[in-house]
Amino acid sequence: MIPAELIQSTARVLMDKAAIEIPQDYLDGLQRAAETEDGDLSSFVLRAMLENYEAAKEDRRAMCGDTGVPRWFVKLGNEAQVEGGMVALEAALRRATAEATNSVPLRPNRVHPLWRTDHDNNVGIGAPEIEYGFEPATPEYGGAWIDLITVHKGGLFGTDYRMLFPSDGIEGIKRFYLDSLMAFGKRGLACQPAIIGIGLGGSKDICMTLGKRASTLRIVGSRNSDPKIAQMEDEFKELGNSIGMGAMGFVGKNMVIDCNIEVGYCHTGGMPMSVHAFCLSSRRAVARIHADGRVEHRTDPDWFTPYQRRETVDWPAHQEAAE
Amino acid sequence: MSIREVRLSTTPTPEAIADLRLGDIVYLDGLMYTAREGVYMRALEDKANIPMELPSQSAANFHCSPAAAIREDGSYDMGAVTATASFRFAKWLPEWMAKTGAKLIVGKGGMTSKDYRDYFVPNGAIYLTTVGYGTGALLGRGVERVEAVHWNEELGLAQAMWVLKCNKMGPFIVASDLQGNCLFERENAKIAENIAQAYEGTRPATLKRYGETDDRSDEVI
Ligand code: SF4
Repeated sequence: MIPAELIQSTARVLMDKAAIEIPQDYLDGLQRAAETEDGDLSSFVLRAMLENYEAAKEDRRAMCGDTGVPRWFVKLGNEAQVEGGMVALEAALRRATAEATNSVPLRPNRVHPLWRTDHDNNVGIGAPEIEYGFEPATPEYGGAWIDLITVHKGGLFGTDYRMLFPSDGIEGIKRFYLDSLMAFGKRGLACQPAIIGIGLGGSKDICMTLGKRASTLRIVGSRNSDPKIAQMEDEFKELGNSIGMGAMGFVGKNMVIDCNIEVGYCHTGGMPMSVHAFCLSSRRAVARIHADGRVEHRTDPDWFTPYQRRETVDWPAHQEAAE
Repeated sequence: MSIREVRLSTTPTPEAIADLRLGDIVYLDGLMYTAREGVYMRALEDKANIPMELPSQSAANFHCSPAAAIREDGSYDMGAVTATASFRFAKWLPEWMAKTGAKLIVGKGGMTSKDYRDYFVPNGAIYLTTVGYGTGALLGRGVERVEAVHWNEELGLAQAMWVLKCNKMGPFIVASDLQGNCLFERENAKIAENIAQAYEGTRPATLKRYGETDDRSDEVI
């Protein structure tokens, strides 16, 4: 049984970490980009960003003044139990979000879409979003754990959805990908270089979800378990960086730090596609809480396990030991 | 091309503004206030009295809401500072400039060259863009103190008018000049030469959308 109190205190730490500490995988990617960039203005921007991450850590202040929209992904091991149940878990995450908004401080971004009501704490109707996933027990960790993942996703721009069809093919997918980069890369509206996430398939909402998760829940350098999709990821990264556009839309060659693609089965007649950009402030933080009260922090959400990408009807509730 | 760095006052002389070139890096000293849709609507549409002496106290309008909190004792906790995209404010800016004498519009992503020609140049004003745009921690360091927060009750923290005392606050990049040139459009034009090559072998979507352009030299703002 995991105490709700422990969930709340862990979530508070995660809010801090996400806002202040740039994840190492993205930092390494941006450093590589800064080394290769030869556009004078775009390389100035990359150097300023690297300085900015340092300043954030030194001062313990948020790396970006725009908090984006803080949200939560919760993954539950098959035997996880929370004291007070899932309602207590949700209350703990909402409290941690509100507290961190005041204490870090973060910008209170969340308002009612029509009345613009602002509670000054990033909490409101449907905010923060809390999404769930489940995972079979493993020999290594058992099944009584919870992963808390917070993502502070920025970017009013940089995201798009389109219904494509099987006849559009890879050429059509490439076109929509480039269109999204061009449209939102100019003037740097997407705050690139970014981790680009592409969702292919699913129903319309799931297509968006897949793309969002591809950009925010997979780290730089990870590859899809389907080798052909992994190859597309490499190719798309290169394609995005061949436009000649860099940071802030200045001449340059670093637009995409990495490109992650996730797929879901869709209607036989269609091929829906979404594109998402996880910006220069690619903020995510993760912790696993065990039933015995141990908390382990990391920056890789490790969301897309074989179970999450399963294609079969059944799946064992207990994973066998790896061969 | 070497990049030039400039210290600039938030109440700059006409000569200091005339000296700026596209792509210069600027650090600001003096008072700067935040104003975005909330402040514009309240001052221009509801005709509320602006609670500052403008432009004598500040000629620098920042399109921003900081990540900051007001403590129970009334003091401020200033965290990171990041601008918001400026093109959405074109509707109010001509009147705002006429009314307040703003000479430096500071924000994210700039305006179109048409905006610059139509009302920036006649007002002797230029645009400074923030960098990245995620350099919130660096900009936060450049805020020496919060002088005041106006209209917090009426507009909320994010839309309120924050008055910031800047000390070598930056970096910013000069994105327009007194001839009405636009840095971002200049860069777009350079990139445009290469676009066809990147698009080679791709195909337009079978299902079209209303209002769509196929001209990649266009912008979406
Ligand atoms: S898109 Fe990201 S880097 Fe840009 S302003 Fe928003 S949160 Fe900051």
